[in-house]
Amino acid sequence: MIKAIPKPMEEIIGNVQDCRKLLIAACDGCVTVCEAGGLKEAQVLAAALRLYFTQGGKQAQVDETSLTRQCEKEYLAQLSDRIDQYDAVVSLACGCGVQYLAEMYDKKIVYPGVDTCFLGVNEERGLYTERCQACGRCILAETGGICPIARCSKRMLNGPCGGSEGGKCEVNKDIPCGWELIYERLKTLGQLQRFETPTVPKDWTTSRDGGPRKIVREDLRI
Amino acid sequence: MSAETPSKLQKMINAGHLAVTSEVGPPRSADGVVIEHKAKLIKDYVDAINVTDNQTSVCRLCSLAACIRIKQMGLEPVLQMVTRDRNRIAIQSDILGAASFGINNILCLTGDHQHFGDHSSCANVFDLDSIQLALTVRMMRDEGKLLGGHEFEIRPQMYIGAAANPFAGPNVGLRVSRLAKKVAAGVQFVQTQCIYNMDTFKTFMKMMVDRGLHEKVAILAGITPMKNVGMAKYMQKRVPGIDVPEDIVKRMGGVPKEKQAEEGLNLAVEQIEELKGVEGIRGFHIMAIEWEEKVPEIVERVGLYPRPQPAA
Repeated sequence: MIKAIPKPMEEIIGNVQDCRKLLIAACDGCVTVCEAGGLKEAQVLAAALRLYFTQGGKQAQVDETSLTRQCEKEYLAQLSDRIDQYDAVVSLACGCGVQYLAEMYDKKIVYPGVDTCFLGVNEERGLYTERCQACGRCILAETGGICPIARCSKRMLNGPCGGSEGGKCEVNKDIPCGWELIYERLKTLGQLQRFETPTVPKDWTTSRDGGPRKIVREDLRI
Repeated sequence: MSAETPSKLQKMINAGHLAVTSEVGPPRSADGVVIEHKAKLIKDYVDAINVTDNQTSVCRLCSLAACIRIKQMGLEPVLQMVTRDRNRIAIQSDILGAASFGINNILCLTGDHQHFGDHSSCANVFDLDSIQLALTVRMMRDEGKLLGGHEFEIRPQMYIGAAANPFAGPNVGLRVSRLAKKVAAGVQFVQTQCIYNMDTFKTFMKMMVDRGLHEKVAILAGITPMKNVGMAKYMQKRVPGIDVPEDIVKRMGGVPKEKQAEEGLNLAVEQIEELKGVEGIRGFHIMAIEWEEKVPEIVERVGLYPRPQPAA
């Protein structure tokens, strides 16, 4: 799922300090799972902003709400009858949700309330790690189910590099060397022969290098 | 080691001589005279001079320009190229440019992550990795073709090199496998990481020899003389992928400060002498970091001076 972290309070205040009616819009999708932008976080942020306005002697109304998903029009439409009353919306959705909300209500100022970080997993509560960079052409079948693009700091397709040491990445000792993980997994699977065959340069057109991406599923669009 | 190129380094190795290479690190300014000065210090003692490519991700005068300068001095440059900073368009463009000046050696590297350097907030590229770079150079040289498919007449005549680090772990076997992969990608010579852990290195070489890989790739052993005990400790603790055993730190620290440089040179000389007897070693790559003036002394002391002249 998409992983995000709450933006610093000061940054949010910097954006909304002149607002008099503000809506905090949570999303029940990914950001709820990683506890960055769900209804609970929206309530906490709204309370903190109310306190900020009160302490500063400013009259301001801060409401919160939650949408099932901000990346779908039918859920965004739930705001249509009340969004006009607000000066601005702080969306706690991922970057997709923030943009889609702004796209649907294009006269409304929409501020991001979280920093969208990566596609990852929940290792433990409060510990999320990256697994996929959505390159658009999955190679996990060749690499023992471990992605070198997401898990090698140099996205090498023929690793590990010479800076890997003790199974750790040269960038940070807290990062496991993705290629050592791949090597060990291939060994476990009896597929080490894959390791000595050079992988040719990747076609990155399906990644961000090809420009903004689009999926058209004709089978679903009948 | 198949394809023949005009590389003097390749000729030296193929003639059966123990090759000697060294390196020059370009300055962090536009002062090209520094390159000439450093190259002059070592030119009669080495067969080829590597020029590092923004090593440790610190921005410097570019490797290609420095290699051209060295070539114009009548010397033999090895163009180091990392894939961190350039995509395949820029890489192939630089290779064609280098070849147009008669640069015949390339060292294919992925490069240190920018995290180490003076521009840690930059975007990296890594469109290719070192092995894909070797595949690319081989295709350009042997097929006269770019990755995009364009075919051309005048081909780069590059002797293809790479680095190898037997010490990076997790085990020596993986490091032999990875070098085998480089050989499969067209790598003809290898300059190793600086060797301090002789036992690990000998294990690595034995595995190379057992697989016959030493006949497919020329291995130049990496030697870096220590200037003092501080450098030994720094390399032991701070430099990724370098294995400095404790007894070397003790040896360096066991002599008075003013004698430590001499001890470091003695150690380098002993290492080379010992490595001469290791099967599969085809020469030495002496990386005297900001200590280029000591390269001649090391080469003379190990009996590798004067350098033989390869037949044209």
